Amino acid sequence: MISKDHIGVTSEPRVIDVEAGQLKFFAKATGQTDPIYSDEAAARAAGHPRLPAPPTFAVVLMAGAPPKAGTLESMGVDLRRILHGEQAFTHHRMFYAGDRMTLVTKTTDIYAKKGGALEFIVQDTSVTNAKGELCTEMRTVVVVRNG
Amino acid sequence: MAKLGLNTKVGDVLPEHVQGPITRTTLALYAGASNDHTPFHIDTDYAKAAGMDDVIAHGMLSMAYLGQLLTKLAPQENIRHWSVRFKAITPVHATVRSTATVTDVFEAEGERRAKLAIASTIDGGVTTLEGDAIVALR
Repeated sequence: MISKDHIGVTSEPRVIDVEAGQLKFFAKATGQTDPIYSDEAAARAAGHPRLPAPPTFAVVLMAGAPPKAGTLESMGVDLRRILHGEQAFTHHRMFYAGDRMTLVTKTTDIYAKKGGALEFIVQDTSVTNAKGELCTEMRTVVVVRNG
Repeated sequence: MAKLGLNTKVGDVLPEHVQGPITRTTLALYAGASNDHTPFHIDTDYAKAAGMDDVIAHGMLSMAYLGQLLTKLAPQENIRHWSVRFKAITPVHATVRSTATVTDVFEAEGERRAKLAIASTIDGGVTTLEGDAIVALR
């Protein structure tokens, strides 16, 4: 069982860069045909300063940011045994290739179902740009399959 | 109607967005591009040893397809909030249909917004993702 002591814990800030190459790779992997997500000239023509990060990209940053205290890894969760239960995004402003983002994750709930066979971890993550502007808030519910 | 706009009204059914079939190559590329290297999405040997029939697609891949639906309907900067529950697994080879229906039109924070019921369905009509989106109307 995952200790409920993790409820209320806020992670150390995790810093990760939004890379143009990864945005292009993500566009290819997801079959994205809108050129604003892979072609800088098309992005600029649409009014963006650089390639925009698409609307689920904050989760990609969360997965790629270095592990720190207060994240799933530090709870001893085996990342090979988790499933995604729910995902929510609140978007405040867009972010772009070249931006350096800071992620802070707070664990807001942990509960079990089916006699502990399934454990649920609820985490809220803020994603802030280098100017300190809040860009995205997200809530992730992961399901840990035990046994 | 093809896009969201100031004439959007409750009950509007928006054009669906279809992606797939999801191949093993899709899953390998998505694993690399998304930083999600969980082996039951990409390693058939691992999936079978874990008692699964085969690898399954990342839930966030289907959510990315829903995001593509939203950014076809409105500029990305108009998306205010959206959420999904992952209700069923998406097997490899699935074709994913992303759909949206307008369930509310309202004013908030000085702008008009639409609430959409969004969903992903796969072959056989199984709903894999289900949720809502709030999008500003311009």
